[in-house]
Amino acid sequence: MAAPDAPAAARPHVPPPGPKVRAPRRKGSSAALLLIAPSIVFMTLLFGWPMVSGVLQAFGGPEGLTTANFTRMSQDPYFWSSVGNTLLLIVVMIPIQFVLALAMALLIRAKPRGASAYFYIWAIPLAVSDLAAGLVWLTVFTDRGYLNSLLASLGMQPVSWLAYDNYPSMFGAVLIAEVWRATSLVFVIVVAGLQSIPKDYEEAAGVFGASFWNRLWHVTLPLLRPSLQTALILRTILAFQTFAVALALTGQNFPLVVGETYRWYTGLQDPNVASALALVVMAVSMVTAVGYLKLLRDQTEAAR
Amino acid sequence: MADISIKGLHKTYPGSTELATNNVSLEVAEGEFMVLLGPSGCGKTTLLRMVAGLDFPDKGSISIGGRDVTYLPPQDRNLSMVFQSYAVFPHRNVRTNIAFGLMMKKVSREELERKVKWAADLLQLSPYLDRYPANLSGGQRQRVAVARAIVMDADVLLMDEPLSNLDALLRLDFRAELKKIVQQLGSTTLYVTHDQVEAMSLSDRVAVMKKGQIAQLGHPITVYEEPADRFVGGFIGSPPMNFLDGRITQQGALEVGGQSIAAPEFLARAAARTGGTPVMVGIRAENISLEQRGSEGSLDAAVEVVEPLGHATLLTVDLGGQTVKVQVPATAKVSAGETVGLRFEQSALRFFDTETQLGLTA
Repeated sequence: MAAPDAPAAARPHVPPPGPKVRAPRRKGSSAALLLIAPSIVFMTLLFGWPMVSGVLQAFGGPEGLTTANFTRMSQDPYFWSSVGNTLLLIVVMIPIQFVLALAMALLIRAKPRGASAYFYIWAIPLAVSDLAAGLVWLTVFTDRGYLNSLLASLGMQPVSWLAYDNYPSMFGAVLIAEVWRATSLVFVIVVAGLQSIPKDYEEAAGVFGASFWNRLWHVTLPLLRPSLQTALILRTILAFQTFAVALALTGQNFPLVVGETYRWYTGLQDPNVASALALVVMAVSMVTAVGYLKLLRDQTEAAR
Repeated sequence: MADISIKGLHKTYPGSTELATNNVSLEVAEGEFMVLLGPSGCGKTTLLRMVAGLDFPDKGSISIGGRDVTYLPPQDRNLSMVFQSYAVFPHRNVRTNIAFGLMMKKVSREELERKVKWAADLLQLSPYLDRYPANLSGGQRQRVAVARAIVMDADVLLMDEPLSNLDALLRLDFRAELKKIVQQLGSTTLYVTHDQVEAMSLSDRVAVMKKGQIAQLGHPITVYEEPADRFVGGFIGSPPMNFLDGRITQQGALEVGGQSIAAPEFLARAAARTGGTPVMVGIRAENISLEQRGSEGSLDAAVEVVEPLGHATLLTVDLGGQTVKVQVPATAKVSAGETVGLRFEQSALRFFDTETQLGLTA
């Protein structure tokens, strides 16, 4: 076979045997190899190697390969509660973030006065580091924080929002901080997606009798599907990695899976179990991403 | 089905100081095919969008079938529309695209299926009902857009340059088909185009628009033959009407390019009183015939360009320094550089005021 981009006239009708035909192909593939070599080197050094060593570490032990690290991981009292907390956070947080982001993006699309100012204000949290965001919200929720000051000034009893025995309020605080911090990512993706949809579709739907909700459900959301899919995958994977906000707000009281990885590595000085945990997070993230891609597959996509 | 009554519409788009429509009033009778014709930026699409409810006027009113709809959102107006970009939903197949309006109206399943089948048959879309728009040609997408509009049984059918994205041959075919379909439906139609041939061939009446105002409203043939002003005469027709600087002398003759022919009664009478007036003469290329040079009642002119078009031959001639387009039968034997006599068909001569550019009539 000749190179697919060779002009038809240059392609021999009957491939003559010998090195005559194969020679240009080999030259082509070696040029391609040369071109992608830098990225291969970088990927191997910065991605492949750490991953291989991480996997080896996760299965590593004093007597060769073992699954003992995973057993230790799952027998830790904090493990299952961290898994539960992480899942609960994801299940509650992601719908809230998507509804909020969509509402904000639709507001911007309606072009009110100062729409671009709203856009930048709503995008600001994107630039705030998660630890900083956690500390900001700590000043709100801590015992002598802004929230309790406000309550006191209104003549109400202050509440220990972040106390370990007050699970709902602790969860609520982490949820609010994470929603504040990470909704802007979804928002920015959805705004970009909306901008690529011509207004004609919504106008046509309106002319044919669709109300606002019908337009949203039957026209805007389906057309927004690729953006929503991207945002959902990114946001879910990042939500599995939620860590600094909860650490800043609650310390160990609201354990999350990645927080546990950190604790195993620094606190308990056991890189093997930490690697095992990281591997679990990676596996779950990958399964989720593939699941989303399959679940949200666009049936018109294949045809395009 | 219903009539449309538009009264005194003013609209200025935000960020613009120019009026997009300037005090436009228009009555479209029930079942009438009205075409809004004009160059880009004349306000015809703005007017259509206000009837559709996609834009709201600053002043004025629109009523459909006697109901004031000026500020109603589009979904409450019982309309259907064909968009210039077609706006066929890419995520719905042909069947559900056509059925979209019916689904929003929550009609029964049997009726929905019956109507979709009827429209698909009418527009030859039956084999493609399960396809997605990405797998259709431009012409087929256009048909889907029309099918989606005609299943609605709406009071008013709006079309925004529906043929402008089709190639020339397809446009010609579909124009006739569209006319047949709309005649069958008998619905009140408001149709926007910048193509004067489309306007002539489709409309019952045509409203020629210029700078946000209606320059002339009338039967297409009337608008063609008796343009209200120079703009309309120059916009409609291919080639556009010839405009020549002339003069009515006190003796009652029409002087063009230093030669003279007889002037019509009403102008001659007026000129006799005032001692001669300048006029602008309008004459269409097909209303000029060739004569021997110097023959009685004709004007001598030099042929500059000869363009055989197949069905006729188009001449560009020089008449005393003014350029005139003349359409002669394809059999005429003329060559560039020749001097010929031009005979203007008296009944086809139009006169315009040199100042206001408005038509002069008896």
